[in-house]
Amino acid sequence: MTTTTLPRVERLLHRGPGGLTDPGLSGHLGLHGPLVVPPRHDPAWSEALLAEVAAAGLTGRGGGGFPAAAKWDVLRRAGRRPIVVVNAMEGEPASAKDRALLAWSPHLVLDGAELVAALSGARSVVVCVADDRDASARAVRLAADERSAAGAVREVTVRRPPARYVTGEESALAHWLDDGDARPVLRVDKSVPLRLGRRPVLVHNAETLAQVALIARHGAAWFRGAGTEDAPGSTLVTVSGAVGTPGVVEVELGTPVDEVVGRCGPTGPMAGYLVGGYGGAWLAPELGSTPLAPAPLARIGATLGVGIVVALGSDSCGIAETARITRWMAGESAGQCGPCVYGLPAIAGDLELLAAGRADAGAMARIDERARSVVGRGACRHPDGVARMVRSALAVFAADAAAHAGGRPCAGWQATSVLPFPAPPALSGVAS
Amino acid sequence: MSAAVSTSTTEAVWYMIRATGIVALVLLTLTTVLGLLSAARVRSRRWPAFAQVDLHKRATLLALVFLGLHVVGAVADTYVHVGLVSVVVPFTSSFQPLWTGLGAVAVDLLVAVAVSSALRQRIAPATWRRLHWLAYGCWPLAMAHALGAGTDAGQLWMDAIAVVCTGAVVSALIWRIGYHRTTTAEAGRLGATTRAVPVRHRPPVAGPAHHTGHAAPRVRRPPTGWRTDGPPARTTTQLLERDPR
Amino acid sequence: MTAAVAVALRVRVDPVACEAYGYCAELLPERVTLDEWGYPVVDGAPVAAGLVDLAHRAAAECPRRAFRVEAATPTR
Repeated sequence: MTTTTLPRVERLLHRGPGGLTDPGLSGHLGLHGPLVVPPRHDPAWSEALLAEVAAAGLTGRGGGGFPAAAKWDVLRRAGRRPIVVVNAMEGEPASAKDRALLAWSPHLVLDGAELVAALSGARSVVVCVADDRDASARAVRLAADERSAAGAVREVTVRRPPARYVTGEESALAHWLDDGDARPVLRVDKSVPLRLGRRPVLVHNAETLAQVALIARHGAAWFRGAGTEDAPGSTLVTVSGAVGTPGVVEVELGTPVDEVVGRCGPTGPMAGYLVGGYGGAWLAPELGSTPLAPAPLARIGATLGVGIVVALGSDSCGIAETARITRWMAGESAGQCGPCVYGLPAIAGDLELLAAGRADAGAMARIDERARSVVGRGACRHPDGVARMVRSALAVFAADAAAHAGGRPCAGWQATSVLPFPAPPALSGVAS
Repeated sequence: MSAAVSTSTTEAVWYMIRATGIVALVLLTLTTVLGLLSAARVRSRRWPAFAQVDLHKRATLLALVFLGLHVVGAVADTYVHVGLVSVVVPFTSSFQPLWTGLGAVAVDLLVAVAVSSALRQRIAPATWRRLHWLAYGCWPLAMAHALGAGTDAGQLWMDAIAVVCTGAVVSALIWRIGYHRTTTAEAGRLGATTRAVPVRHRPPVAGPAHHTGHAAPRVRRPPTGWRTDGPPARTTTQLLERDPR
Repeated sequence: MTAAVAVALRVRVDPVACEAYGYCAELLPERVTLDEWGYPVVDGAPVAAGLVDLAHRAAAECPRRAFRVEAATPTR
């Protein structure tokens, strides 16, 4: 392991003294140092790396939060030569971290991919970038070309799956690579690896791989120098909403939510925070001191997701924003499973009427009932996430919801949305 | 054996062939109509939906029984020579090879469909569905056989039976095609590939829960936006070759 | 007299294959209810011994083979 001049927390996004303006190979090697990866499968080296990453306690940064090393264990029993897939799809509209990482340090991501490939015996790496992210795709291609010119053994391919919310889901990616169909697949037993043809597929989020690249250089102890005992390391968080300088920040796990938002210049008192993405959960402003880490968030029914915090100002309407999110997420359903296809639009419809103050008396109970009924009844976790987000909204914005239900919507429901959407949904059916 | 007895035996066999053939045809019509209408999912308090499918299966079984008797009679009949082989190998009979042959094809298809349905739990769902498509051939061939080889064709009562059966199957077929068209359009609108119970009145999207649903069929190809062009890459070589550098 | 079933069985619905025919709820109303769009709601609890045959019948009747009876293993 090498010592490093990286700051304690800002590791992935660090630019070096004087600012690293060159994301190319030479700049990368100058900042992070060299990395020796065996060209062929080396069991001793693989075991050492696996032990180091396991000791570091790295969990996936793609929303699943599984220990990274656990996936590699599954693969060892699979037999055939695997394919490593870098998931840079970033289907969550409120997230920009993978884009930032690929623009900033594509070589860190590719280092991580090469390490995982060497560890698992894979010979090919596929980087999946959504088909509307041309800049990221170009950056990866440039980096891959530089590496192959410098003598990299493993071939890196860039593929462009369709840009939809659920296509970044692990099984959807594997399905698309295998069959051209980007819809998620029902997985009953997660210990059975995904397949591309007959080869097992190992999917990792881009940030997870970048973290692996740093652990391989500097060691588990260094990695644990930031974060908490249960949630070690740093993570990239995209902050947006009622802040002056929205963007991607790197924080150590365990930083309180309001402190993370504080780094981006909050513009006033907050009505709530959306944590974890559109399938995450709303947090009441009183809970702003909750640490951004899996366990503390899980205790209050929230999730870290892909590291997203949207700050909702008190002049916005939580119900209206929730309605917009639900309507958009309903449209992003893969359309395979009845409860999601029919349940989500029904919930969205009721929320839209509630936002406009035109809902009937039973609307809130109906929303809650329907949200509860779609959980666990789809092939993927898409409806589960929406249900969690909706139910948390009804809890956090309870007073507001009651006013809306009584026909007195707040002033903010017609305000411009602070949420990012690829194509912003209007509050349909509610012609004002 | 006196000539009189053998004549009446021959006549009895001949009557049996005609009777069992006609009954089998009517049962086949019934099962075809029930199969075509299975998408309708008619359901009431006294008539559960699975009963329709159940009836479809039982009618087919009964049709097979009468068909079996019809075939046994045809083979046993000494007046015309239809060998056992020509029951399954079409157009090899010496009696009316064309019309009997069509019947033989119908028998082959029906047996294939029935056997695949009996083994349904053991074969892949896609295989079963492809084999079940053969069922569409059974009824027209059976009807053609009845009108061509049947000795009652041209009689008023037989023609009436033929007209009623044909009318039933054609109506059911027209309904089925129309249903498929509307629900495919609905699925396209929703971006869905899954079907729910069809209803007469569409429930409001928001609003109190109904115990009825809304129809959209499973389309074979996913809607646009989910598929990309080109055949799937089966090997890593193909995977690498398809990167459009 | 059949031997006691050593492995607990549960019913599960494949949500992608399911097309809301509803035969499962008609044949096994004790364990399957339909939601407002006709899709089945099942829980993962073990199937009582007396209902196992009905559960198998419901699985056989499902036109899309979405309704499954399987061993209750603690995965997922």
